[in-house]
Amino acid sequence: MIMRIIFSLAAALLVATPALAGGNDWVPPVTDAVVQKECGACHMAFQPAFLPARSWDRMMNELDKHFDEDASLPADKAKIIRDYMTANAGDVVTKGRARKYMQWVNPGATPQRITANPDFERKHRFADKVWQDPKVVTKSNCPACHMGADRGLYDDD
Amino acid sequence: MIRPLLMVGLMIALPAAAMAADARRDTILADYAGQARKVDPAFTGFSAQRGESLFRAKWTGGDARTPSCTACHTDNPKTAGQNAKTGRPIEPVAVSVTPKRFTDMAEVEKQFGRDCKSVIGRECSPIEKGDYITFMAGQ
Repeated sequence: MIMRIIFSLAAALLVATPALAGGNDWVPPVTDAVVQKECGACHMAFQPAFLPARSWDRMMNELDKHFDEDASLPADKAKIIRDYMTANAGDVVTKGRARKYMQWVNPGATPQRITANPDFERKHRFADKVWQDPKVVTKSNCPACHMGADRGLYDDD
Repeated sequence: MIRPLLMVGLMIALPAAAMAADARRDTILADYAGQARKVDPAFTGFSAQRGESLFRAKWTGGDARTPSCTACHTDNPKTAGQNAKTGRPIEPVAVSVTPKRFTDMAEVEKQFGRDCKSVIGRECSPIEKGDYITFMAGQ
């Protein structure tokens, strides 16, 4: 019981922090354990708010060729992930940075790369040497620079 | 006199033994051994040496970013690695450093399925999988 209260308080604080800080570079964090584990096995478990629901649907349909990788999963796990990502997608929970990202998504398009969103590009115009840092490897490696990325916090630039 | 020595001996030996041995890993290896015998009736057992050769071999059939296991896991299985495609940190593969390695068959099969395709460009055989685990279990 006490643990639950502490956990709730901590969760409330975490959620409240970005709002208190006045920044809007945040999105709701991933709270599903299967999403954390399976998506997080190869890369950061990106928050669903960065893409619209139809994009996540397409991504889950094409897991066998997921950015040139066979990321196939058992059907039960894939369903949990699909349900979570679509229910919390950027066009469903229009919170934080999701609103800006969704403004750039063409209604007829089903984008797959978060890093191709003009709002991402606008905020990430760095010299080549920044991207070539061995810690970075690729533009989608958010936690290489954003220490709070896995909690949905991107306001540390 | 003997007792303190025995205690010291146990204190040194036990944690090492506890880390290396895991019944779940033995079960996985036995499963692959059964598969290996079906593929090759002459199969007599897994080899850490062959596992190490597999770990260090350079391939051209897979993804250019991962020409070998070492592309992500580094030359030393006891050190942390980094996914060569995503930049995500990877825990050391060596069982002495990461004891939970190779203890869940579904996870092991999933990872071999992805990594063999990415590194070698084909599936790994049961012998290759068992050799690899045997090498890592001794690391």
